[in-house]
This record gives sequence, structure tokens and C-alpha cells, in this order.
Amino acid sequence: MSYFNKYKIILYFFVPFIVVVLYKNIKIEPEMKSITVSNSDLSDIKYQSTKIVDYNFDVKPILSDKCYSCHGPDDKARQANLRLDFIEGVSDFLDKNSNNHIIDLDSPENSELMKRINSDDSGYFMPPPESNLKLTRNEKEILKNWIEQGANWDKHWAYVKPKYHEIPQTTHSEWVANEIDNFISEKFDEKGLIPSPVTTKEVLIRRVFFDIIGLPPSIKQIDNFLGNNDKDAYEKVVDKLLESKSFGERMASIWMDLSRYGDSHGYQDDTERVMWPWRDWVIHAYNKNLPYDEFMTWQIAGDMIPDATKEQILASGFNRNHKITQEGGVIPEEYRVEYVADRTITTSKIMMGLTIECARCHTHKYDPISHNEFFSLYSFFNNVDEKGQIPYGVTAPIPNMTIRKLDTENELSFVNLPDSLDNITLMVMKESENLRKTYVLNRGRYDSPTTEVKPKTPKVVLPFDETKYSDNRYGLSQWFFDSENPLTSRVAVNRIWQQFFGIGIVSTPDDFGSQGSKPFNPKLLDWLAYTFQNHDKWDTKKFIKRIVMSSTYRQSSKINPVNRKIDADNTYLANYPRQKLTAEMIRDNALASSGMLVNKIGGPSVKPLQPEGLWNEVIGGGGGSLAFYVPDTGENLFRRSLYTFWKRTVPPPSMMIFDAPTRDDCVVVRQKTSTPLQSLALMNDPQYLMAAEHLSNKIFETELNQTEKIVLIYRSITSRTPNEFEINKLKNYIKEFKETNNVDEKEAFISLTQLVYNLDETTQKS
Amino acid sequence: MEEIHKHFLNNNRRNFLKKTGLSIGGLALGSLLDPLGFGKKTDPYAGLTEKPLNIPHFAPKAKRIIYLFQSGGPSQHDLFDYKPKLNEMLGIDLPDSVRMGQRLTGMTSGQTNFPLVGSSTNFKQYGEARAWVSDLMPYIGEISDELCFVKSMHTEAINHDPAITFFQTGSQQPGRPSMGSWMSYGLGSLNSNLPSFVVLLSNGTGRPKGQPLYSRLWGNGFLSSLHQGVQFRSAKDPVLYLKNPEGVSPKSRRKMLDYLAELNEQQESTFGDPEVSSRIAQYEMAYRMQTSVPETMDISNEPDHILQMYGPNAQKPGTYAANCIQARRLIEKDVRFVQLYHMGWDQHENLPNQIKAQASDVDQPTAALIMDLKQRGLLEDTLVVWGGEFGRTSYGQLQTSLSKESSGAIKNGRYGRDHHPRCFTIFMAGAGIKPGFTYGETDDLGYNIVKDPVHVHDLQATILNQFGIDHTKMIYKHQGRRFRLTDVHGEVINKLLV
Repeated sequence: MSYFNKYKIILYFFVPFIVVVLYKNIKIEPEMKSITVSNSDLSDIKYQSTKIVDYNFDVKPILSDKCYSCHGPDDKARQANLRLDFIEGVSDFLDKNSNNHIIDLDSPENSELMKRINSDDSGYFMPPPESNLKLTRNEKEILKNWIEQGANWDKHWAYVKPKYHEIPQTTHSEWVANEIDNFISEKFDEKGLIPSPVTTKEVLIRRVFFDIIGLPPSIKQIDNFLGNNDKDAYEKVVDKLLESKSFGERMASIWMDLSRYGDSHGYQDDTERVMWPWRDWVIHAYNKNLPYDEFMTWQIAGDMIPDATKEQILASGFNRNHKITQEGGVIPEEYRVEYVADRTITTSKIMMGLTIECARCHTHKYDPISHNEFFSLYSFFNNVDEKGQIPYGVTAPIPNMTIRKLDTENELSFVNLPDSLDNITLMVMKESENLRKTYVLNRGRYDSPTTEVKPKTPKVVLPFDETKYSDNRYGLSQWFFDSENPLTSRVAVNRIWQQFFGIGIVSTPDDFGSQGSKPFNPKLLDWLAYTFQNHDKWDTKKFIKRIVMSSTYRQSSKINPVNRKIDADNTYLANYPRQKLTAEMIRDNALASSGMLVNKIGGPSVKPLQPEGLWNEVIGGGGGSLAFYVPDTGENLFRRSLYTFWKRTVPPPSMMIFDAPTRDDCVVVRQKTSTPLQSLALMNDPQYLMAAEHLSNKIFETELNQTEKIVLIYRSITSRTPNEFEINKLKNYIKEFKETNNVDEKEAFISLTQLVYNLDETTQKS
Repeated sequence: MEEIHKHFLNNNRRNFLKKTGLSIGGLALGSLLDPLGFGKKTDPYAGLTEKPLNIPHFAPKAKRIIYLFQSGGPSQHDLFDYKPKLNEMLGIDLPDSVRMGQRLTGMTSGQTNFPLVGSSTNFKQYGEARAWVSDLMPYIGEISDELCFVKSMHTEAINHDPAITFFQTGSQQPGRPSMGSWMSYGLGSLNSNLPSFVVLLSNGTGRPKGQPLYSRLWGNGFLSSLHQGVQFRSAKDPVLYLKNPEGVSPKSRRKMLDYLAELNEQQESTFGDPEVSSRIAQYEMAYRMQTSVPETMDISNEPDHILQMYGPNAQKPGTYAANCIQARRLIEKDVRFVQLYHMGWDQHENLPNQIKAQASDVDQPTAALIMDLKQRGLLEDTLVVWGGEFGRTSYGQLQTSLSKESSGAIKNGRYGRDHHPRCFTIFMAGAGIKPGFTYGETDDLGYNIVKDPVHVHDLQATILNQFGIDHTKMIYKHQGRRFRLTDVHGEVINKLLV
């Protein structure tokens, strides 16, 4: 009891003090700041009471982050032979010097662990000073509580198969639209949060358009929706969007980051490659709603499916999207190893949400994945008869497949082969059995093989049952979709959730391991994972519809001050989280709203306008066909951004400036930043200026009056009717602009349109 | 402790005076902590959840850095690491006892013999420190008492792409933040109208068709894009999209921004989204850059004697010499990290001719830059680093048809040198680095290090140290792991420090 009171004092007095100190330090000019604010210190403020601690959610994150690097899974790094990631048996562990138990359940205060973390003696306390790690006051309290409460231990949550949870009861039944809302509002009840009402129809239609097809609604589509008061008006919009061909493009643009797609080989001289027919397949697969299990199986092992079709072989190109070098003088094997590792890491990240790359050089410091297990997984991808170093000018190094005109008239009708070509060759996977043995590579180095390993998967996730699966990529793909696999569905639904809410239920979609974050709503995650797998049978469109039909998704994004106090980060989603549009959406919005967009599906990548000289000023002497950037002409200037040519060493600035990744490797979460370079691009990139001029002139020519013109421009760009304040402001702007620049109304309207393209609202999804 | 305190006080006072002196005369003293009076609008990090780390960990010697990256791998044998023995042993095969089976690149691993070859020009000793510098770098020789040579650099990669990526990011594989981004993340910006990390590129005349560069070398990796290197180009738009479109005056741009801010603020009050104020701040920064960048790039007010000092190419935009002047101007405006890249140091063939031209590109401008910084009192707290991604072999690289008559080919200058990661030379100046000093030693054949090796991570640790940064403490947690510029390695080389 006395402990509780003591804690309360800390909470009431100390925490506000910390907040004030932090606040002050953040506000002061960078140079004056003298204390270090690391991201973990802030977590101090969040832990609130002495509730029953949960091993997985409260304790393990601390042990993992602050102790595992020396007392975790890696036995080579382990100190004092003490292992804290595997608590069974730890309470018997005696400290050699003090003869105390590490964890003493009978007298918790005598636990060596407690003594060490609370000591002032620098030779004794843990974590040791040279680790640069520190336990916060709260973390110490949590560990103390945990031991006092019996030091319970559980398997890491993500390695336990998702359970079906009963739909919770909620006090917000009138707000609930589907099961998602039950799970979400259960947390509202728990936290005292108030759900937000459904947002306005204008905001909602723009939101759902961008989320499902990546494009804004047209004025006509908005008006139809506003004029339709049927109960199912919104559902009809959703159904239409899911059937739209643009759906596949939106989904593919996310998939390009994960699959590290590029139109160049990526190293050194960075010459051209051909992979776009594979991108055409991705769009096609999403549009025909290929179930997720097949979608992934074809990509991981399409070439190995018995009687594989051409389409399935084409899909396997996924595993060839990694960079390939042609640099003279490299040691080919060094790079070949790199490619196999890239496949292993990319596939693990996408299918298991694990940072398995850590185990390439040594046993994982945080997750129970051994150095050997990395190479066992690696061995699945190691049987490709490929070259570590390719000659200059080769656009599709072996193994590859050639798609002929005839194929595109039949089985591969979704490949948009230009009329000028009779066929196209791209890279795919091809298994060569018994090609080579796989060895564990010491420190991950190509020239340090040690023991031989056989194909296997990480035991902690799910042991690889050789009686059920063949020990090759095809078997691996089946293992991923084994009904006992705890990760596949969780990781998949979490990523789809992120597409709609900006942040996943697990905010680290690439790390479901010890160091990753915990789901903010574990029951919801499990229920979604279970449903996607068992009920929806991996039907992506069905699953997406479930999300966008929820009240959670349809909420207003206005922040309720009461909620903000309780949940400043909006973790529990008591309002819709306003989000910045992606790089592709920002540009596509300009193209679509101005009427310039050429909405043609698929085909080779295109070269829209970009500043002169960006490629040739870094080429040195090589680069081949990619030495100089020659913009396309005609309709290729106005295609969706998904099709913009991706030279990896100099990626398109209109994408990079707005936080697109380089495509050097698999990226699951994009950064979200505001930078001055973004402002400059929106103000001065000729692409946006053209859009503004085009839209403005089109509307200026109509019979509408000034106010109506302003409203129409505003709505075209933001999907929202401006309010009176905004209209008056914009009218004033026209007037002032005419006066100061001595120009006519038509010119002033162009400037006004530019202004609207630069509004914060334009680049946001509210 | 007290020293650090003093440093902060001084620093701040100086900054405050400078800023007020620069742009606003008569603001009330009440705005001491916000000298520009714009509140959140001037904070380049407004709205950013991960603020800069607020290092220094201890009193820094350096406030800014100019990194003169010599891309391709300059030959230490022909520039700084004088090995007369190589000249004596011309054409004789590199003994196996020296090579010790170490790996070679694919370009010479097929060679049947490895004929040693000495410097293509003479060496002289300069200054009080009697530093050896070849005749290719006479200007550098003249200022060698200002310089600290490290002859025992070594790296892990033997090819350009991984080696240069390693130097810039601490990792051979792409994807990590570059050193400039780390500094921006760790230390924040010193100014409020220019980026804190600026990149300038130039092409060498020695080998115009040389090795490429990659924009990821100045990329922010997993850090916020606010920390990315911003390329200042010699093109008509020095920063991408900087120039207002034809016919848009600064005045009408200002008008647009004012309206934009008002409309955005209204949105902010509707949604309560703090991100909006960060957007407004970025527009203001963009607007300031529209003036400050062209102003910085415009060298028309540089006096003739200064231009002459930097050599004949000083006024040719995009040359190394012009970039050196830009670097000094950027440093004067308190840009934290100025990164130059000079391409063309990859001498696989015709080395004597190529390296002569390469060296003359950089010799005078580099020396001028260092002395120019010195005469302005800036060298005291500006670190200058000159060096490439690896060195070159002490044996000649020959076209296969020539390898049988190697000594003839060498005499005719028809040879090059292959990549050599095991030893090479760089030099540094300023900001608490020991002047007139040489560190490290290689063997008589310039093949292996015999004394005081300096690994790339050691150099990085040492550079960070000069900025008051403990390289083991500047971390960023990404995907559950704590990342550092120096990975888990690196030692500060204290002997390089004053």
C-alpha cells in the first residue's frame, strides 16, 4: 500500500515536472540544449498506475530493449551465462558473487535483479554504464511489480496463433457499424474516450477514394454522393471503387515499396532493367482479387507450382527485384550472396514481420532466431542459377522469361506490351536443384562458410514439418499459409490496416518481434487475422470493405479536446487520424483534379518532367541508356506516378521529396515529414504550375460568376466546398493580386489555383 | 562542466547578436529565446516528433565541417605516401610475403604478374614539419604545416559503390543515413535560412568518364527527411524548384504565403492538427531559402584577389574550385556540413597523365580554401577533410596484352593502379586537429600498414568527437535496433587531436 502512495506522489509531482522540463528544452534553440532527450525517455510519462503488469506488454519490452543484448538469445554475446528472454528457470539462477537468486519470489527485494538495477555502484549496477542503456524510473517500477506479482512468464504474443475472440459488448452500440467498432469501442470504455461522429460526406468520399484507388473523386462523383440519401449510398461508392481498375494501381503502388521495385539495377553505373511486366501482373492480380495466399505463393514460388502457368512464373519475378551489380572488378560471389540475403530478408519482412537480417551476422540479439536459422531460411532462396555480376547492357539477366505478342493476346493479356515491341524479356525465378549447398556464413561474409544447413524455418514461429512440405520455396510458401502459422495473417491485416489508418495496429509492421511495438488492441488484431484467414479466405477486397464500412473508419478527424487529454496520440482511434497524402497521391491529385491525368493502365515506365541534369551530373562515364534523362512527350507526361521511371541511384525527385523510399530495399513504413523542399516543389515544380493553369483556364472560360468559379476550383482540388471565410479570403486574393501585379482576372485566377494546390488541406486526407 | 556551460552561454550570445545584427534591428529583448520573433515559424524542426538530440555530449572543437570527398580513390603513391623503394624496384613483382594472399578486385586478379611501380613524379619535403608531398600538389605542399596527414587509413570494401557508401554511412550496404544527416539529427541547425547539410558535385578533368555518384550518399536513410543533404547545383535552379516561376515576383510570392498561412491556420483550428503549423513553418523556410540560396551562390561580390587565390577555374560554375568558394561561403553562413564530391580519381590506366590533371583540379583550390578559412578565423572551428574511398595498389595494373612486357608499358605510362583498401592517405585541417602532423605508417612497398592503423569507423568517431559527440551515444532506434554511424565499432584517435 505504502508503495502505491509513494508512486502517486511521483505521478503527481514528478511527472508534470518532467513534462515541463522536456517542453522547455524542446522549445529552446537547438544549440542551447544541454540534456539528451531520447525517444525512450518519453515513455516514462505514459505508464500510469500499479495495475497488474503483463509480461508481454509491460515487462518483456523492457527486458528486451535494455537487457537482451547481453542476456538474450545470442549465446555468443551472453554474459554471466544469464538468459532473460527465457524466464523459465531464471528464478533458480544464483548470482555467483552474492549468492542471491536473480529473481527471488519469496523476498522480491532480495532479488539480485532488483539490487542491481537500483544500485549506485557503477561496477555493480545494470545495465552497465558502457552499454549507454538506462532504465527509467517507471521501468524499474514495472520490473519490481512484476517480481512482486510472481514474475509470470509467457511466450511472445506474436508467436502464439491468433485466437478467435467473442465480439465484445460496448456502451456505444448506436455508434457501432460492424465488429471492428465493437473491439475499438471496448477500448473507449476502458479509457473513457468518446467516439467521434461520422465525418461529412465530402470528407468521407475523398478519404475513401484516396484510400482505395489513390485518386480524388471528380466533382460529378462528389455531387452524386451528396445527392444520394439512400442508406447504402456509401456502400455503393465503396463497391464501385473496389471494382475500379484504379484499385489495382493504388494497391500496386504500396506493393512497389515492399517489393523494392526499380527500373534500374541499382548499384554503381545503375543501368536499365526490365521488370514492368511484373508490375502489370501485380495490378492485374489485385484487380482480379487474387486471394492473398495465392498472391504470395505465386510471388514466392510461382515457378515451382506443379504445371506452373506463364502467369505464375511471371509473378515469381518478385524475388528478382533486388539490386544487381555490374561494377567491373567486383567479386561475383560476394554479390550473389547479397541477392540471396535480400530475398530472405524481404520475404521475412513481408510474411513474418521480423527483422531477420540481424541474424545474418550473429544470432539475433532480441528475438530467438539463431544465426543458423537465418541461413536455413536463406537456403530456400539459394538455388538460383544467377550471376553475381552481370555484363553492361543486360536488362534481364538469367533466369528470365520472354513474353511474346501471342502471350499477351492470350494468357498474359494484362501485360501491356507496346505496339513497337514483339516481345519482352524480364527476370523471374528458376529453381536449379542440387545447384549448391548452403553454409552458415560467419559474420554473414561470403568467404567464410562454416557448417552446412538444410532448408528450415525459424522454430519459434512454427517448426518446418518436412513430412508435410517439400524443403524448397514451394514448401516454404505452403508453410507460410499453414493454418498454425501465427504471423502470416496478423502481419498481412496489420499492413492493410496501416493503409487506411496511417499506422498499423502494431505500429511497427516490419517488426513483430521483441523490440517491435505491441498491438494497441490485441483482440482486434487477432480477430481480424482470424477472420481474414478463416472467414474471408484471404479475400483482400472483402477485408478492405470490412474496414472502410466500420464507424471507426468513417469518423470525423476533428480532435475532441476530451479525447486529446486522455489519448494525445490518438492511439485508440477515437477520431479518424488525419494523414498526409503519399507522394504518388499528391502528384496524381494534381493531375486528376486538373483534368490532365491520362488514366491508362500498365506498360513500360514513363519519364515525366523533372529538373534537367539530375542524371548526367552523377553518372561519371557509364549509365548506358540511363546516362541522360530525356523526358517523354505527350500522354506519358501525365500518367499516374506509379509508372514514373525509377532509377535507383537518382530516384525521381517529385517522389523522393515527398518521402518515397529509394527502393534500395524493402520498406513497409514510409516517413511522414514536412520539409521546405516539399513547399518549394508544390510552389514551383512545372508539373504543379501546369496543373494550376490547366484547371484555372478551364473553369475561367465557363459562364460561372467569380464566386462560383472559386468554389469550383476549390472543390476540384480539395473535394470540399469552401466556407464563407475562405471564399472571401480568396476573392480578396484575386483583387490584391490583380492590383499588385497589374494583371487581368484570368492571370489572377491561375495564381489563386496555385494557392489552393499549396493548401495544407490539399495534401491531406482529413 | 563549467567549460561546457560557458560554451553554451557564449555560443548563444554570439548567435543572438549575429542574428539580430543580420536581419532585424529593433526587436524587443523580451524575445531572447526567439530572436527572429516568428515563434514556431522559424523552428525548422517545428512539429517534428523526433527532435534533434541536443548533443553535444562535451565541449566541441568544431562547429562546421567541409568534407572534400575525392571520389574514385586517389593514388597515395603519387601524391603523399612517398616510397622511393618502389622506384628502385620498378617492374619487380610484388612479393607474396607482402601480399599475403589478400583479395584483389576482379580487374587485376587475372594478372599473371604484379610489377611494382613508384610515384610518377618527384616528392619534396615542405614546411617545418618536413612533410613529403609530390610535385603534383605544390600548393598543398606549401600549406602542409596546416595539415594533418593520416597515411594509415584502411577500409573494408574493394569496389567503389560499397566503399564510398561505407565512408559516407558507416555501412557498405545502402540504406543508412549519411554522416551529414547524422550531424543534422544530432546537433540541429546553426541557421534558419539554409539547410544544415549541403552537397556540391564536380567532375574531374583527369578521368572525365569515371565513377558515378548516388544520391543515397547524402540520403537521410531512416532519419527524418529534414536531415537529408540538399544538393546545391550549378544549374539555373541551384536547389530543386527553388526559383519562382517566370513572372512571379518575391512580393507576390510573399502575398501568396500570407494568404496560405491564414487559410491553413483556419484549418488548424478546425481539425486541431498540430502538423499544420509545421507545414506553415516549412513554407516560411522555403521562402527564406529562395533569397538566401541565390545570395550565397552569387560570387559577384568576391574580390579579385580571392578569386585568383582559388585558381583559374574559380569562376567556372560547377568546377571543384568554384565549389570550394561556395563551401567557404556556406560555412560563413553557418551551414553545418558542406559535402563536396570531386569525381574522376579512378586511375586504372594512363595514370601519369590522368592523375596530373586530377591533382591540378584540386591542388590550388583546396589549399586556397583552407587558407581562406584561416584568414577569416573560421578554421578554428571548421574541420576540413580531404580523401577518397580507398587507395591504390603499389603494383601496376596493365592491359593483358601488355603484362608480358610490363616494364616497357610502365615506362611509357601505359599503366594504372587497382583499388587498394589496405592503406591510403587522407588529410585534415582545423577544428582541433593537430597541424603539421603525420600519423600512421605503411611498409616500404606501401602495401600494408605497419603502424597506427585508422579504420573508416575510427575516422568517423574522431570527426564526431570534434563536434562534441560521443559516437557511441549518438543513436537512432529503428526496427528495434539502435543504430550508430560507426555501427558497433570505431575508436577516437586521440593522437590526431591538439
